[in-house]
Amino acid sequence: MTATPVLVLLDHAADGTLRTPVRELLTLARGLAGDAGVHGVWAGGEDVAAAVPVLAAQGVTTVHRLVTDADVHLSSVLADGLQAALAASGSALLLLVSSFENKEAAARLAVRTGAGVVTDADGVSLDGARVVAHKTVLAGTWTTSCAVTAPTALVLVKANAVTAQDAAVPSAPQVVDLPVEVGAASGRVRLVARTEHAASGRPDLGSAHVVVVGGRGTEGNFAAVEELADVLGGAVGATRVATDEGWIGHDAQIGQTGVTVAPRLYVGAGVSGAVHHRGGMQASGTIVAVNSDPDAPIFEIADFGIVGDLFTVLPQAASELRRLRG
Amino acid sequence: MRIVACVKFVPDIQSDRQLGPDGRVVRDGGDGTLNELDENAVEAALALAEEHDGEVVVLTVGPDDAVDAVRKGLQMGADEAVHVLDDGIAGSDAIGTAIVLAAAVRHLGATTPVDLVVTGMAGLDGLTSLLPTALAEALDLPALPLASSLTVDPAAGTATVVRRLDHAEETLTAHLPALVSVTDGINEPRYPNFKGIMAARKKPVTTLDLADLGVDHATVGAAGARTQVLEAAPRPPREDRVLVTDTGDAGTRLAAWLVERKLV
Ligand SMILES: Cc1cc2nc3c(=O)[nH]c(=O)nc-3n(C[C@H](O)[C@H](O)[C@H](O)COP(=O)(O)OP(=O)(O)OC[C@H]3O[C@@H](n4cnc5c(N)ncnc54)[C@H](O)[C@@H]3O)c2cc1C
Repeated sequence: MTATPVLVLLDHAADGTLRTPVRELLTLARGLAGDAGVHGVWAGGEDVAAAVPVLAAQGVTTVHRLVTDADVHLSSVLADGLQAALAASGSALLLLVSSFENKEAAARLAVRTGAGVVTDADGVSLDGARVVAHKTVLAGTWTTSCAVTAPTALVLVKANAVTAQDAAVPSAPQVVDLPVEVGAASGRVRLVARTEHAASGRPDLGSAHVVVVGGRGTEGNFAAVEELADVLGGAVGATRVATDEGWIGHDAQIGQTGVTVAPRLYVGAGVSGAVHHRGGMQASGTIVAVNSDPDAPIFEIADFGIVGDLFTVLPQAASELRRLRG
Repeated sequence: MRIVACVKFVPDIQSDRQLGPDGRVVRDGGDGTLNELDENAVEAALALAEEHDGEVVVLTVGPDDAVDAVRKGLQMGADEAVHVLDDGIAGSDAIGTAIVLAAAVRHLGATTPVDLVVTGMAGLDGLTSLLPTALAEALDLPALPLASSLTVDPAAGTATVVRRLDHAEETLTAHLPALVSVTDGINEPRYPNFKGIMAARKKPVTTLDLADLGVDHATVGAAGARTQVLEAAPRPPREDRVLVTDTGDAGTRLAAWLVERKLV
């Protein structure tokens, strides 16, 4: 058991609601922190009030709210704030959602402080006082565990790595303002514009429990993919071919250069399973593939593979699921 | 304008990649290649150099065969190559590699100033994406990471990028010198042509070691690594796999299977 609290970066939307994976990280943090407790760090000018009930249910004891005139969307400023929060909480372990922005801040923090970083972890445990992170690598084909040997550990955890659960006893989180001294370097990048993506009404691709993906085989018609996604309460994803063709937005691209997903259920329709795509989805819990080509590589990793036409199989599955639910 | 493009030599992702007992990626030659995503970095650097009458240096840190990565950069059209080669670098994590690259960029800048450092968005071996911003931090440069478009205004001395993130799109700008990492969507890397391949043979590849760069051995390589792989194993094959050919009821069977597995 660590003698220090575990600190969690509280990623949230512009309206102050916590991103889904944050609850998972808080659940994980509670298990690691024991009596030392879980602290949160709140970055950005949004009101923390909307998040407090969730933080209370998660047993968070203290929230360090960063106070600065600089823009926390800049990695250097966020790194300044995280460094201050680590010092204020006395924590030796910071958990962050594994996103590009958080990786940028963690990289800076590691160079500044000598901390050790593990990205894309799917589990964290303790070996004595030492933090051990678990992750799958090489496009999901290998599993590894990795100890942080530096005094401070920064672990970026993938969505869906753990199941979020509320604490047995809720807390009354204390929100404390933490003024952040922004280093001279932090003023040198200017955020000219930032446009938040419009909410789609579907869950976030990166953290959804179910993801239905369309590839070239859809020939641009995503109706069947969307229908099944909606029946399953899932997100819609795509291969690079589908996004390059303009059939769906670029932010739907799953793969090594797109979003990495590890949902409980991945359904790929008209997706061949090219290695670039597999790199972003092979760690999914259960993989279903519908493809008309029996030799498509995705069948090598599918738990349930259907050689067939997606335009008949997907609507049939959707309608049967609706029927079974009554 | 002087641009340094950082490139990495990695096992080809189409090959059967393995981890060794030390938990490091096995790099036993033969199937190594220039990290595909770094071709976009080289292309971005070359395009800027052509537009603004600049020169491009390709820089790599890695074992003997890593020189192939910078040679590919020269074939694409870079002017000069630097290979940092030292046994003490083996086992470096992303942060250690950033420290070595930073020292090499400083070394290059000591003779002629470096205006821009360009990297790919990730290495296809570790895929951490930590390196670009770690390098900017080590060089004390502003970072414009994950650029899906990049423009440089030489008169104003600024670089501007557009980047797409999970939840937002951003436009960032900074004064040069700066660091930019580029996505694979930013451009279409050129193929080396015969002329480029012939010309590359005559271009210099400078080899430097840690002593040349004044890097303390304790800060890099396995000695300086802040993480240590304890275990690495091939993921066990998936069990109870089902493969059916649709004869009219596969959608219904899929629905039943999902319900039975409690996946819905
Ligand atoms: C540097 C680099 C990075 C890349 N990054 C990514 C990435 O991040 N993500 C990504 O996805 N790709 C990426 N790619 C592209 C990748 O290599 C593949 O080209 C891409 O994943 C293939 O997409 P696809 O499966 O939709 O198309 P295809 O490979 O063309 O497969 C289409 C499949 O649909 C099947 N099909 C056709 N009609 C039907 C039907 N009616 N019903 C059922 N099945 C049907 C076909 O049998 C075929 O298997 C990258 C490539 C490069 C070079």
